[in-house]
Amino acid sequence: MNFWLIQSLNSLALGGVLFMLAAGFSLIFGLMRIANLAHGAYFMVGAYIGFTVLERGYGFGAAVLAAGLGVGILGGIVERVVLRRLAGNTLSQVLATLGVAFVIADASLWIWGGDPRPVPPPALLAGGVQLFGLTFPLYRLAVLVFSIVVAIGLWLLLDQTRLGMMIRASVDDRQMAQGIGVPASTLFTVVFCLGTALAGIGGVVAAPILSVYPGLDADMLPLALVVVILGGLGSLAGAFVGSFVIGFIYSFGQVLFPDLAYIILFLPMVVILAARPRGLFGRISA
Amino acid sequence: MRRALFAAFLALLLCLPLLTGSVYYTNLASQALIAALFALGLNLLVGYAGLTSLGHAGYLGLAAYTSGWLMTHLGWGHLAAAAAALAFSTVMAAIFGLIALRAAGISFLMITLALGQVLWGLAYRWTGVTGGDNGISGLTRPQPFGIGLGDPTHFYYFALLVFLAVWAAVAIWVRSPFGASIRGSKDQPHRMSALGYNVWLIRWITFVASGFLGAVAGLMYVYYHQFISPHSLSLANSAEMLLMVIAGGAGTLSGPVVGAALVVVLKNVASAYIDRWIMLLGFVFIIIVMFVPGGIVAGLARVRRPRLQPTRPAEKPAPLEKTT
Amino acid sequence: MSAVVEVAGLCKSFGGLQVTRSVNLRVERGERHLLIGPNGAGKTTLFNLIAGDLAANSGSISLLGKPVTGTPTAARAQLGLARTYQIVTLFGRDNLLHNVKLALLGKSALRWRHWGSFDLDRTLSARALEVLDSAGLASKAQCALEQTSYGEKRRLEIAMALAQNPQVLLLDEPLAGLSPQERESVIALLRRIDPSITIIMIEHDMEVALAFADRITLLHYGQVILAGSRQDVVADPRTREIYLGH
Repeated sequence: MNFWLIQSLNSLALGGVLFMLAAGFSLIFGLMRIANLAHGAYFMVGAYIGFTVLERGYGFGAAVLAAGLGVGILGGIVERVVLRRLAGNTLSQVLATLGVAFVIADASLWIWGGDPRPVPPPALLAGGVQLFGLTFPLYRLAVLVFSIVVAIGLWLLLDQTRLGMMIRASVDDRQMAQGIGVPASTLFTVVFCLGTALAGIGGVVAAPILSVYPGLDADMLPLALVVVILGGLGSLAGAFVGSFVIGFIYSFGQVLFPDLAYIILFLPMVVILAARPRGLFGRISA
Repeated sequence: MRRALFAAFLALLLCLPLLTGSVYYTNLASQALIAALFALGLNLLVGYAGLTSLGHAGYLGLAAYTSGWLMTHLGWGHLAAAAAALAFSTVMAAIFGLIALRAAGISFLMITLALGQVLWGLAYRWTGVTGGDNGISGLTRPQPFGIGLGDPTHFYYFALLVFLAVWAAVAIWVRSPFGASIRGSKDQPHRMSALGYNVWLIRWITFVASGFLGAVAGLMYVYYHQFISPHSLSLANSAEMLLMVIAGGAGTLSGPVVGAALVVVLKNVASAYIDRWIMLLGFVFIIIVMFVPGGIVAGLARVRRPRLQPTRPAEKPAPLEKTT
Repeated sequence: MSAVVEVAGLCKSFGGLQVTRSVNLRVERGERHLLIGPNGAGKTTLFNLIAGDLAANSGSISLLGKPVTGTPTAARAQLGLARTYQIVTLFGRDNLLHNVKLALLGKSALRWRHWGSFDLDRTLSARALEVLDSAGLASKAQCALEQTSYGEKRRLEIAMALAQNPQVLLLDEPLAGLSPQERESVIALLRRIDPSITIIMIEHDMEVALAFADRITLLHYGQVILAGSRQDVVADPRTREIYLGH
């Protein structure tokens, strides 16, 4: 019983992390049709930025903020300098993001070195909490709560604000949206910044659990893809559900079937892509 | 002009070990040839069929691990193990093709990525068979006709032989009528169907051929390094191969070779002078994608023969993503 | 009395929109059949259904006596169907000769050959040159597609369709967007088409189309309003009603 409870919390925490990673990817893909292959790299850089901020003695909150801003700005630069020039050619844009991934990964290696950087959770959340006679790591609960807050925030943004309306309209029918005056290229930049910032924040928030190391980007990107394919390209609700489903499959799988855990994630993805290119909830065919 | 260049290049390749006189550069050349083999195989899919794949390193892994395992666990000889590895990898490519070709465009990219990750995950976790993170080591090089390949020069000529054979085969294939249909299916798949071509079958055959060549390259890889580990089938490796093809020039015969040489040189030589060769590779790639999409080969051609007429923008971009 | 194209009760909808409503069509061998109707009547959709680019929701299609309702496009082309498109979808990176050669290759067993140079195949090139000549484009054989005019591209497309040696030819607005001279050359090409080839044509240029057609089907909102001989359809008041002032 204890095992199930603890693993369930781990699953939920992982799900939360995956949501922050996948939400950004899904937004970018939904709006711009770009599969951002550098998304894992943005996640990793966010974690590294957080590490440095913490190292300098600032608080966790500052780390999260710095990661979000820093990565968001980086994303904005990439979008304006590179992706915008390739507008209309999604394959080239995807290839460009591959190049960006290489650059960011190597730059990170250069700046922060090859050793894994442990990131301690904030002192406030470092301890355990007693529930059902067990001690659960408080931080993991906090990650879950934080991801739900982010999810709600995103939902409010998309559903209740003008920006959100423009995003939704453009995802649903880009040509029509442009026809009624939605400023496509500004929107693209905003969404790209938002998506990458989310990845960066996810990276820093996940760091006390996953730590940060060279190769984290390559580890996270496939997971983002799995979640987004499962949950549906362009669907935030799908990304939410998908994150937690994958969180559970991966956490339990790691413990119960270590040999097969990794491929348990991908076989369903392959099946879904082959059978329903839209994913389970998605509205856009890849 | 082209023929002269080609002849010169061939002569260079043949005399290389004599010219460099150093084991290090001979080995480097062998690595470049092996990388070129990969790139040629991947190029069939990416450049000629127009199907961008990010899981090609999987075929390297399939062939290398199969061959390695058969020799170390079942005591098979090189020839038998090689034959079995090639057969198995090709069958897997056939199966993967059936799955992946249900999609197109970005979906295809993601399925190939996922399939590649499945193979990587197996290599990494199925410790009993693959040795996990440690891989399979202590492998030996074959001895074709009794000639040992331990000597770097011997291995180089062996690799050169295989490379030239594959290059010639690819050249013949893409120039054949079938090859024309591969290119046609990339440019205008709907039109090709209307003309009576079975576009799916054309793509599937190309997919299988590409996988087969990846397996050939995988065997050469494991013979050279005498070792195989999960890293060789990683996403990073597949991405690097894609970089080679596109940077060199997808859809050409010399592009992949140039791209492979570029990456290998950057990796080994430039890294002695430039610490951040990966970053350099990334930047070069971005610049090529943005400004010279035809790759280095196309860029060079443009420099030598500037177009007499201004290029008119395409009337309608060839549909890469088929909506079914 | 051999019908080469027979369509019965064909229906197609996209989501809630019914684009083709229970269409019946019967075209005899050698007939020049004209498909008319205002924009959005579903004419091109009908072509796509007959050619196999779209799958019908219900109804049946048979080509040359064979039921083809589930058959893919390429297989229908192999049976003897050829078509042209409203939008030019030719092989832009190749010259005219290469374009025609690809059209010729499609029906030839040669397309499965994995050796031997396609570019240097003299037999194929010679045949391709003949095809280009019949369309008046032989002088431009080595020209890149982008160096040709729109009218020349149209003629090329028709020539390629004819190169497939079809028994049934679907022409989708072959005269659209052409200058008067270009129109003349395309019309001349159409007139030269072998009378044994059955042609179904969508065309808005009434003057030419009417001179060309044996029988006409009038579509409106996806339904067949009227079908019959040229005189009957032209005289029918419904035609004028639908084509107000046309």
